Amino acid sequence: MENEHPEVSAALEPASAEMLLVERAKRGEVAAFGELIGKYERRVYRMARQITQNDEDAEDVLQEACLKAFEHLDSFQGQSKFYTWLTRIAVNESLMKLRKRKSDRTVSLDENIETEEEPIVREIAVWDDNPELRYSQEEIRQILDKAIDSLKPIFRTVFILRDVEELSTEETAEVLGLSIAAVKSRLLRARLQLREKLTRVFKRKGEQILGYAK
Amino acid sequence: MVTCKDFLRELNDFLDETTDPVLRAELEKHINECPNCWVICDTTRKTIQVYKGMEAQALPDPIHQRLMNALAKKAGPGKGGSGCCGGDAH
Ligand SMILES: [Zn+2]
Repeated sequence: MENEHPEVSAALEPASAEMLLVERAKRGEVAAFGELIGKYERRVYRMARQITQNDEDAEDVLQEACLKAFEHLDSFQGQSKFYTWLTRIAVNESLMKLRKRKSDRTVSLDENIETEEEPIVREIAVWDDNPELRYSQEEIRQILDKAIDSLKPIFRTVFILRDVEELSTEETAEVLGLSIAAVKSRLLRARLQLREKLTRVFKRKGEQILGYAK
Repeated sequence: MVTCKDFLRELNDFLDETTDPVLRAELEKHINECPNCWVICDTTRKTIQVYKGMEAQALPDPIHQRLMNALAKKAGPGKGGSGCCGGDAH
């Protein structure tokens, strides 16, 4: 206990080191804010790109979200992680872009899916043990992007927030203005749809079905 | 008795490990006896893992630069215009 010097920043937990940066940024230090953003810019950009499916929109989202975050930093109280707070701003910006670009009904996040039938499972086949031996990192990246792009926005967005950005169900519900139940049912559909698409690519060749490996 | 339909409905919570222990034991029993559900569960888990494991690529330099420029401009000479403590407070 007596050896601990909480004022030495190297000894701080990452979370407190981050709060120090936030405090400095709140006092107007742009460099501190730049450092904060530098940690997350690639993830925010990727998320914006996955939601909007457009490079230009994604860059706009990244900029607007960061500027807004800087402007409203005082309202960040630190109950959530900075990244979650930034993500929330960026998701809202992304959804606005999406709505602006395609003003058709498919963009609605409030679409009533509860009346749709049960999630469908068609492909039942085990995967290759090592798809990374058959595909390069870049090919896998493209396969994953293509699969995500093919989902409807309501499924895509929930999956990205929950399984790619690793927000909790509650955080995802809050960011998207959905009920917890809606987030859960959309996530299940999204996961199963992606599973379906990836199985077509990654399934073990030569084996028709069912490696009952247990 | 857990049916395949039940299993599918509980799949998310099962994978996220948020099911209560009693239900979890029943679901585990089901996949040990039902090859189809075992494969669905296994490939869904792998689907999630492969996405989680994919790191975001570095931001292209020009995009990073434009972002930093926009921030600098925002915080620039006009900074403190609406706030309390101006740039020369210290
Ligand atoms: Zn089954």
